[in-house]
Amino acid sequence: MSQGFRILKKERLTPVTNRFVLEAPWVARAARPGQFVIVRVHEHGERIPVTIADFDPAQGTVTVVVQEVGRTSKLFGALTEGGVVLDLVGPLGEPFRAGRGGKLVIGVGGGFGAAALYPVVRSLHQQGVKVEAIIGARSREFVILEGELGRVCERLTTCTDDGSYGFRGFVTDCLKLRLEELKGQDGVEVVAVGPMPMMRAVAGLTAAYHVPTQVSLDPIMIDGTGMCGGCRVTVASEVKFACVDGPFFDAHQVDFAECVRRGKMYACEEAAARAA
Amino acid sequence: MPLKSVSKTAMPQQPPRERARTFDEVNLGYTEARARYEASRCLQCQEPACEAGCPVGVPIRAFLKEAADGLFQEAFGLVKGAHPLPAMCGRVCPQESQCEKLCHMAARFEPVAIGHLERFVADWERAHREAKTTPPAKRSGPAVAIVGSGPAGLTAAGELAKLGHRVTVFEALHEPGGVLRYGIPEFRLPKAVLDDEIEQLKALGVEIVCNVVIGKTIGLDQLMGEMGFRAVFIGTGAGLPRFLSIPGENLNGVYSANEFLTRINLMKAYRFPVAHTPLKVGSRVAVVGAGNTAMDAARSALRMGASEVRVVYRRSEQEMSAREEEYHHAIEEGVLFQWLTNPARVVGSNEGCVTGLECQPMRLGEPDESGRPRPEPSGEPPFIVPIDTLVVAIGTRPNRLLTKGGGLATASWGGLIVSDDSLETSRPGVFAGGDAVTGAATVILAAGAGRRAAAAIHAKF
Repeated sequence: MSQGFRILKKERLTPVTNRFVLEAPWVARAARPGQFVIVRVHEHGERIPVTIADFDPAQGTVTVVVQEVGRTSKLFGALTEGGVVLDLVGPLGEPFRAGRGGKLVIGVGGGFGAAALYPVVRSLHQQGVKVEAIIGARSREFVILEGELGRVCERLTTCTDDGSYGFRGFVTDCLKLRLEELKGQDGVEVVAVGPMPMMRAVAGLTAAYHVPTQVSLDPIMIDGTGMCGGCRVTVASEVKFACVDGPFFDAHQVDFAECVRRGKMYACEEAAARAA
Repeated sequence: MPLKSVSKTAMPQQPPRERARTFDEVNLGYTEARARYEASRCLQCQEPACEAGCPVGVPIRAFLKEAADGLFQEAFGLVKGAHPLPAMCGRVCPQESQCEKLCHMAARFEPVAIGHLERFVADWERAHREAKTTPPAKRSGPAVAIVGSGPAGLTAAGELAKLGHRVTVFEALHEPGGVLRYGIPEFRLPKAVLDDEIEQLKALGVEIVCNVVIGKTIGLDQLMGEMGFRAVFIGTGAGLPRFLSIPGENLNGVYSANEFLTRINLMKAYRFPVAHTPLKVGSRVAVVGAGNTAMDAARSALRMGASEVRVVYRRSEQEMSAREEEYHHAIEEGVLFQWLTNPARVVGSNEGCVTGLECQPMRLGEPDESGRPRPEPSGEPPFIVPIDTLVVAIGTRPNRLLTKGGGLATASWGGLIVSDDSLETSRPGVFAGGDAVTGAATVILAAGAGRRAAAAIHAKF
């Protein structure tokens, strides 16, 4: 039914991460920071959500950063320049909105979450909001988007778990130091994007400092338009659909234990698919 | 006058035990001889009451006459003239509460199997159609955008194309068909039938664009502004699942029927890992609700390998809304039915997986606002049914993605408000029909609305 979405550029960012620039004029025009697309890259493929890492309405392009973790993301990673992504739909979800009265927003990006963070902090920067970012990776070779983020942040700290580059430790360790420095200053906000344990840890930390925080949730979903209800999350004791109500939610109200559990629903099948 | 059978001619079908493990179609279809015989059971009444029961006015008496005479092409033409989806409606319409209910034969015997015959003439035509090599028709009339490719949208598209309009259908998913694709299983509506319908629309010059969510990818203003569409028809259906709002509903192993069926029908989870989308179905499954979707989910669960599947419904057998045939097929295949049973809580393990469904026994009280007896707790103590998968099939509501910012008047429950005769919304040039307007209803009502809207659009533009 679809002719596919052409891959104009592919760039390897780390041994397991690629950046793709895709031709998708309508999506590029409609996209806002923090939104996502759903893609399918194989004739028998799954539909998976991927955050929009950049968009250019003039060029008609959308950029996504994909880390190879499961069967579908590996198939995606194997695509080449000039090839096509079979299906791509979006932009989906609600764009990021900073809280009112935010004077300083600290973006925290874990792993390839840094890619999703980029359009959010760039747009804040363009609106004149002061932004800082803390990004983290296992080790030096897995650090991404330092250059891009550096250009739009007043302050950028890169952390590595093994200390092979930048700050040695987790993004939360680094964020804690920064929150200590900023203690007493009002108008500070945090937005965190990354693996679930990292976002959960950030939420726990910022709650202790009473710093308003949003996280970007990406639960298992199929259609991305509210039809399947697979992406339901509990926020402030209310059931929300991450695809249409999110992806951003108040980190201090999210039931992370439920998110983690629901994220593992297909762990066995995913392992079987990787082996297949 | 030849003797007529008091009973319907039986529909040949796969044996229940075999079919309950495969997604192949259950009903195998009439032979020509059976079809002619069954059509000859029609009394050719002076005043065909059956036709009053058809929401789209199929000339039933005339098409049955042609079919009885073996003039199947002519019979097909008569049905197709009334609505464009005979192969589908012959399979999924609730005939027992429409045409067949009013059949004069039904007063004393069994009604004529109008649904089976509608299906037969459509299948006969598909099998005997000569391959056309002509390129898609070129249209030059006013451009019309159709939002959603379910029964309402496809019908409106076909009618408008025939009237000379340039028609573009936008679909959010990666394949067209809407609920016919993601909702109704292969064993009830083979996707080859749907694919054929879509190919025919393309041959009429209809353009189908998948992967576009109107309201997200492209707005109504853009459609009617820079893109130059003179009119828009919204047939976005009722795709938002309702949940029970009981404790434990977010446990692993609880699905909306939409998710459960979409994984199977659209994503082909029954072919995992060849198809990449999985679906976890435990050995004991409960399905809450008793409509067609609940039957589809229960029967699909059996086919996915479940050993015990039960339908749990707070009312009784009399109040259930499923088609008679689906209910009978479900019973034949071994689905259990637990009437007057209201789910109160989903019970889970320490790991957060479903292990049971706590239920409250109910009884029927005074009629409620729907006119049906209101179910109320019977006073008997609650009990727990051990299960490992729960499918919630208690209905759907219209999706608000498009109406949220589109300046369209909606009812409090989310349905679009339209003018009774033209189906035009509060925004001039924007029409709507099907479940998006009525709430969850039937394929034939949606098709009927698509047809009426097409006529109204044609009259105005």
